[in-house]
Amino acid sequence: MIERWLHTGRGARVRVLEGGPADGPPLVFLHGLVGLLDDTPPGFLDHLAERYRVYAPELPGYGDSHGEQLLEDMLDFSLHGWDVLDGLGLNSPRRPALVGHSIGGMIAAEMTCLAPGAIAKLVLVDPFGLWLDEHPIPDFFAFLPFEFGDYLFDDARRATELLAGATQLADPESLRQFFIANARRLGTAGKILFPIPNRRLSKRLYRLTTETLVVWAEHDRLIPPVYAQHWQALLPHAQVKCLPGAGHMLPYEQPRALAAEVLAFLG
Amino acid sequence: MKFTWFNLMPWPYLPDDFRQTYRSVWVDIPNRLYDPVRGHAVYHEYMDQLEYADALGYDGIGVNEHHQNGYGLMPSPNIIAATLARRTSRSAICVIGNSIALYNPPIRVAEEFAMLDVISGGRLVAGFPVGTPMDTNFCYGQIPALTRDKYAEAHELIMRAWAAEEPFAFDGKYTQLRWVNCWPKPIQKPHPPIYIPGGGSVETYDFCVDHDYNYSYLSFNGYLAAKTLMDSYWERVAARGKDESPHRAAFAQIIAVADTDADAERLYSEHILYFYNRCLHIAPAFLDPPGYRTVDTIKATSLTRLQRQTQREFREATWKGLVDGGMVIAGSPQTVRQRMEELIKTLHVGHVFCLLHTGNQTDEKTRHNSRLFATEVMPHLRQMWPEWANDDRWWIHPLADRVTPEASLAGQR
Repeated sequence: MIERWLHTGRGARVRVLEGGPADGPPLVFLHGLVGLLDDTPPGFLDHLAERYRVYAPELPGYGDSHGEQLLEDMLDFSLHGWDVLDGLGLNSPRRPALVGHSIGGMIAAEMTCLAPGAIAKLVLVDPFGLWLDEHPIPDFFAFLPFEFGDYLFDDARRATELLAGATQLADPESLRQFFIANARRLGTAGKILFPIPNRRLSKRLYRLTTETLVVWAEHDRLIPPVYAQHWQALLPHAQVKCLPGAGHMLPYEQPRALAAEVLAFLG
Repeated sequence: MKFTWFNLMPWPYLPDDFRQTYRSVWVDIPNRLYDPVRGHAVYHEYMDQLEYADALGYDGIGVNEHHQNGYGLMPSPNIIAATLARRTSRSAICVIGNSIALYNPPIRVAEEFAMLDVISGGRLVAGFPVGTPMDTNFCYGQIPALTRDKYAEAHELIMRAWAAEEPFAFDGKYTQLRWVNCWPKPIQKPHPPIYIPGGGSVETYDFCVDHDYNYSYLSFNGYLAAKTLMDSYWERVAARGKDESPHRAAFAQIIAVADTDADAERLYSEHILYFYNRCLHIAPAFLDPPGYRTVDTIKATSLTRLQRQTQREFREATWKGLVDGGMVIAGSPQTVRQRMEELIKTLHVGHVFCLLHTGNQTDEKTRHNSRLFATEVMPHLRQMWPEWANDDRWWIHPLADRVTPEASLAGQR
């Protein structure tokens, strides 16, 4: 994947990872709660890039993307998503497939509700956006760093590899780096996820007529798989799949299996 | 020097195994630990003590706002302050304060503070805390990254509402009001003295300095640990070209006075240890929701409390440790005088919030402590800033001619 930079009309500066065949159909990946992590290739995006031209924009407040102060509410985040797609030239006739994970899934679903015809196909991987009183999502804004590893990953070794600063034996400096990065990214995410990650997407989902796949990790301890059933109930036309051997960080824990599901759905 | 008698209003019946059994004294402490019948007596005891402090000659009596908190039973300090406005007639009523980002709309604070100022005859000291993350974010659901912005807007609304003599429209991001029209309005002009309780956020220093508000460092870590932070504050005061009046700053200190040093330990140790070992058992997870603190402030903070191994360790506070470390100023009047002088000089403060009731301290001991401090310590500290003795910019300006509430019921008791 190569790195490029995009300046949106709103004024955000966005880092975009891009790869895959130049003439391949476009696919946009919106990352999850802890951002785009440095994975050993081939990762999830590399697998998708075998067939698709993949674009993975980093949300302001995450990593090297800036302008998070410009995003304050759900509409800002959704329109920011469209600003990025416009900046990448991904509008008709180059309609992209949109794949969103975690918070990225929530944003992808909101974007699609605004303009269902502008997305070729939609994939939601362990998305935020819905809330069930009987299955409350843990208060991850009150997690200590090491708890991110515990809740996000099924495999503790993957947590250690990918979230070094958060794990138990981390040195103080990487703990500090993790903490500062977390303050920015979860500070940003908090604008649409705090204190309850529910911005009433459910009342807009009637607009989501795009062909949709919902994939859930069997061992997601952050947003339990029972939420997949709720998505199915609200999106009767969607396909819903559950994958074993992963927690919330499904794209990093089962990159090949997830990519296979996604590619099979996108065709 | 000004001295305010301050009561946090802790719940005095936390169980002995509180720390082992419960995660936090704040936010998720189950309210089955609260007994409203006992609470009835607790509130009245604490309010009696505040009134007693007024009679003893303290300059101010102080209350503050906390939510879902086992050591702070005042979700609405204004309710307590309202009773004090009727039952006392002399001291300042220091509400430190109302978390203005939590009131919807924040004009409510302008109105209630105006009521308190009018009822008390101009004795209100108005505190505007940004609010702890526990209260503001976890208990009251404000989005961490937007808290400061919302606070700034609420502050602007309240100050404009107090200053205006005609209705105006307020088109804010968080609050929109077509008709802002504060009835009543405060007695004190241009407004009651404003105190900003802070805990080390660098942004708050400049806010206080620029508006000429008092910066109140409310810490339970004592004056020795506070030196670095207060030095940073005074550096900002100098950098912004303001005078160095000690009345620009206040500090909260736990104090325990007895006839001798040994008596102080014998009388108060149990209660002060109750406070440090139970009341301050706050889950570290609630201290720092991402986005609440700016990256600049985080860079200046120790993070060891966030490591997994730290969670399993707890060093029980000891009397010796607390006294040697300056968290608590305790001893004979002579000892306390010396250490208070040291506090006042090293932190350069013109106002001390005196925490003379601590933890589950009994009423009798609290009154003993408060009386000894008022008679044996306070008079010796009054003139510590002779060059600033007439600087009343951060103090109340009550009406000279104030109404005394009718005492009809008191006569029948």
